[in-house]
Amino acid sequence: MNASRTFATALRVLRQLRHDPRTIALLLLVPVLLLVLLFYVFDADRRAFDGIGASLLGIFPLVTMFLVTSIATLRERTSGTLERLLAMPLGKGDLIAGYALAFGLLAAVQASVATGVAVWLLDLSIAGSPWLLLLVALLDALLGTALGLFVSAFAASEFQVVQFMPAMIFPQILLCGLFAPRDSMQPVLEAVSNVLPMSYAVDGMREVLRHPDATGDFAVDAVVVAGSAVLVLVLGAATLRRRTP
Amino acid sequence: MIILQVMNISPPAIRAAGLRVVRGGRTVLDGLTFQVPAGTVTGLLGPSGCGKSTLMRALVGTQSHVTGTLDVLGAPAGSPELRARVGYVTQSPSVYLDLTARQNLDYYAAVLGINRRDRAGQVERALTDVDLTSHADALAGNLSGGQLNRVSLAVALLGSPDLLVLDEPTVGLDPVLRRDLWDLFHRIAADRGATLLVSSHVMDEADRCQRLLLLRAGLLLADDTPDNLRAHTRTATIEDAFLHLVDAAREEEESRA
Repeated sequence: MNASRTFATALRVLRQLRHDPRTIALLLLVPVLLLVLLFYVFDADRRAFDGIGASLLGIFPLVTMFLVTSIATLRERTSGTLERLLAMPLGKGDLIAGYALAFGLLAAVQASVATGVAVWLLDLSIAGSPWLLLLVALLDALLGTALGLFVSAFAASEFQVVQFMPAMIFPQILLCGLFAPRDSMQPVLEAVSNVLPMSYAVDGMREVLRHPDATGDFAVDAVVVAGSAVLVLVLGAATLRRRTP
Repeated sequence: MIILQVMNISPPAIRAAGLRVVRGGRTVLDGLTFQVPAGTVTGLLGPSGCGKSTLMRALVGTQSHVTGTLDVLGAPAGSPELRARVGYVTQSPSVYLDLTARQNLDYYAAVLGINRRDRAGQVERALTDVDLTSHADALAGNLSGGQLNRVSLAVALLGSPDLLVLDEPTVGLDPVLRRDLWDLFHRIAADRGATLLVSSHVMDEADRCQRLLLLRAGLLLADDTPDNLRAHTRTATIEDAFLHLVDAAREEEESRA
């Protein structure tokens, strides 16, 4: 690992994004617009909005960062730039950390805008600190980046990589407790939901929603999400091969 | 004369012995043995699909399933210490289309470990070398195919590498630009003492090289200077010499079968 190469990579990824203002606009605005939509969907039931809104603040960053990273790294793999970089003195860790840093920064902005709008404009009433919401959102974004990087190794085209989204993300959304409490699910599904990282992301958001202080459960949730992200990043690094067939 | 003497003494830039590469169960390179003298411009010629790109990938250490001996600048090909000393241009331009030419070079220069103070100068020199200063701040995605190839080539020139491995760098370029690039290759070899291995499937570029490696179907047909090659085969052009060697190889195969 080399700090200057990591920062150079992060800067490069951000420069690439800067040439694509539409993607940035979509990334920042879509979560906010969806939250506003949800606000009016639960027009008569503000308590329901609080619960689902807080969960969504954890799900958005994961989904968008998954999509952006999986396509960005797939492009890197198919355009020959990855081969070129790996023939140069760039560590795999530098590349992955660079991506995580750049998209993490973007996720921080996205999560701040979405959390700010939810808490101040849409009166999402949470017992805990908005900073804790932001922390979970950031960890989710990191997890999304890690998953995206990992699946890009198993896709040969953009068509394939977007299919990983329903394959890897939708089951987590269905099982994370958003639609039904996890302990009311069929026991096998409950067990599965216990090993899916998004369950912990949503649980963490719920903890902030209900408790004024960071609880022990919240700490466990945050550590599980962060640990999963690091684990998947390491798996992602293993899919980067200097020598290919 | 002095240059020739130095060339003879200094160890070869590339040394291959019994080099074999298998891709997807198929033997793509079959027992290649050759040397590329340091400080020369060597052409790697052969028809499409003969294994040129695979050989180049093996040299820069991105090809798996390589067996036999392959030494580059005195170290096994792909060694970490070679990564900053070997410049590599892939056949299709490997640059970021959503960055400008200068931003591309700036990033690759940082990856090569060129320190911040020298970076801008190195980038400018590489852009000048490939005659792209006027398009330096245009988005790479908006450049023509030939210009994009030159951005990719400029990346390989960063950090003054000792060996340049160029996979068909002149394909699709106009005659003036092709001549300018070949002049640049010779200048790099002469002034910086670098070794260049340049592949092409266009035989009329052969005479621009000091030495030639002729490859066909994963086998080395010849390893010689252009003049010697023509003399031995009693032909007027490298294309004829190549065809002559191909026919001879075929006859030998048939007589064996």
